[in-house]
Amino acid sequence: MVFLIALFALALTAPVVAPFAPTTQNVNNTLAEPSLQHLLGTDDLGRDVFSRLIHGAPTTLYASFLAVCVACVLGIPVGLLAGFLGGWVDDAISRVIDTLLSFPAIVLAIGVTGALGIGLTNGMISVGIVFSPQLARLVRAQTLVVKQELYVDAARCFGASLWRIILRHIMPNAIQPVIVQITLLLAVALLAEASLSFLGLGVQPPQPSWGAMLARAYNYMEIAPEQMYAPGLAIMFTALAFNTLGEALRVALDPTAKRR
Amino acid sequence: MILLRHGRMIRRRAFQIVPVIILATFVVFGLLQLVPGDIAVTLAGENATDARIQQIRQSYGLDRPFLVQYGTWLWNAVHLDLSRSYLSNEPVLGQILHRFPTSLLIVGGALSLSLLIGIPLGVLAATKSGSKLDTAVTSFASLGVALPNFWLAMILVATFALSWNWFPATGSVALAKDPAKALLHAALPAIALAAGGVAEVARQLRSALIEILSSQYVRTLHAKGLSPMAILWKHGLKNVSVTLLTVIGLLVNRLLGATVVVEAVFAIPGMGSLIVHAAIHKDFPVVQGVVLSMVVIVISLNLLIDLLYTLLDPRVGLK
Repeated sequence: MVFLIALFALALTAPVVAPFAPTTQNVNNTLAEPSLQHLLGTDDLGRDVFSRLIHGAPTTLYASFLAVCVACVLGIPVGLLAGFLGGWVDDAISRVIDTLLSFPAIVLAIGVTGALGIGLTNGMISVGIVFSPQLARLVRAQTLVVKQELYVDAARCFGASLWRIILRHIMPNAIQPVIVQITLLLAVALLAEASLSFLGLGVQPPQPSWGAMLARAYNYMEIAPEQMYAPGLAIMFTALAFNTLGEALRVALDPTAKRR
Repeated sequence: MILLRHGRMIRRRAFQIVPVIILATFVVFGLLQLVPGDIAVTLAGENATDARIQQIRQSYGLDRPFLVQYGTWLWNAVHLDLSRSYLSNEPVLGQILHRFPTSLLIVGGALSLSLLIGIPLGVLAATKSGSKLDTAVTSFASLGVALPNFWLAMILVATFALSWNWFPATGSVALAKDPAKALLHAALPAIALAAGGVAEVARQLRSALIEILSSQYVRTLHAKGLSPMAILWKHGLKNVSVTLLTVIGLLVNRLLGATVVVEAVFAIPGMGSLIVHAAIHKDFPVVQGVVLSMVVIVISLNLLIDLLYTLLDPRVGLK
């Protein structure tokens, strides 16, 4: 949690905190070893790796949140509708969800990015589209449970409209596991961004992102292998932090949950 | 005997996946509809004349209605014709079949490693729940899930291939040509992929086994005087086998995706480099072909797993 807050603070203040601009090149000082001036050394164009790492934070976080937002916007309403309406609507939606979940996520995301056009925003929209069935399935299952509750029947007896029942009664009561899932998805989205950027389908140069930094480090692995450690560790610890937060939320929100 | 008894169910399940596969083909073909603007213009490239665009539109059948295009594509796909690459003009299916064994070797290796290491770890952690060993396994599993596998692949290359020269850093060799060399080439990518798999298997197995070992009937078995080992082997592991099957299904899905990225690190000419290259250069038939073949593999595997469920757990068949 502390790590995540620090990371957000860093992301917001990146231009102030970072000692150099992420795109300042110095061709006389390329692939330098870490020093006092350049804490993590410089990359193949003489750019300060430490500064690029800090400037990569907002890009990477923006990407994760964008993907998860897209997944929520698509997945939650569909799941609510399927769970609440039931019948053939539910059958049809569930079939589509099952089918979409059969696609290996990264492969489908690459396919969608290829179609939409390469770039960070398109890449993350693709990742969001690919993750939306996971949320839809969870929301559907939750809705099915909450729908049975007496207060939903009561609201219906009072003549509440369909949307009012869904928004006022079902959503708030079904949302807890969804929040946990969203937190866990942030970690998956982060890894997906790193993968897509590494493959050259996400962030385009010269914008810094941790995945893109790894891609550059990969090209100079034989001469400067130390370039790849910092971005990789940053990705891993951020993903770990999201996962830990998700687990903690799960335990906190559900009093019956045992720690597993 | 088993086949006879379950024949009807097998047929029913096999029949059930037909709509799923058709839906999947629809999704795969629908990818083309996501291309912003006119595909023919995109394909023709910059500064193309109107006549050239029109020619492309006609030769790829892009001027026909969507459903007709989809129908033709599906009809051809059923007859194992996934059309030709826009770039190389080679048949897509040929390219896929040529590269598939390489990816399969890596995914198969990673799956075996995940199970061989993950199962013992999960069982150990569950039986020694709360011990230091359990904490170590759980922490390792959390790290393994958060670890970007292509980054691990890079570290492996830098250490074992570039510094120590134990393994080749790039490329692949066909299994049929030289099995030893093929395995040597596939070893590092498989290890890189397996890290997440080991973590996943250990984690899921641990929580499933802990749940079973704390259940009422296991308590009864203890009371009956059965040894802890006998309970674990005869009752615990038999009951987690269903969980294990589910995990394998999800794992193959994940590994097929992850191999795409890891192959890039090792410059392996597998399915991964095929789809990435095609996606960057807008070679849509190849993208569609790779996505389709992967989803068909996953769906078939899920069918197989569904059938195995019924063999392992008689309760499933009743539903």
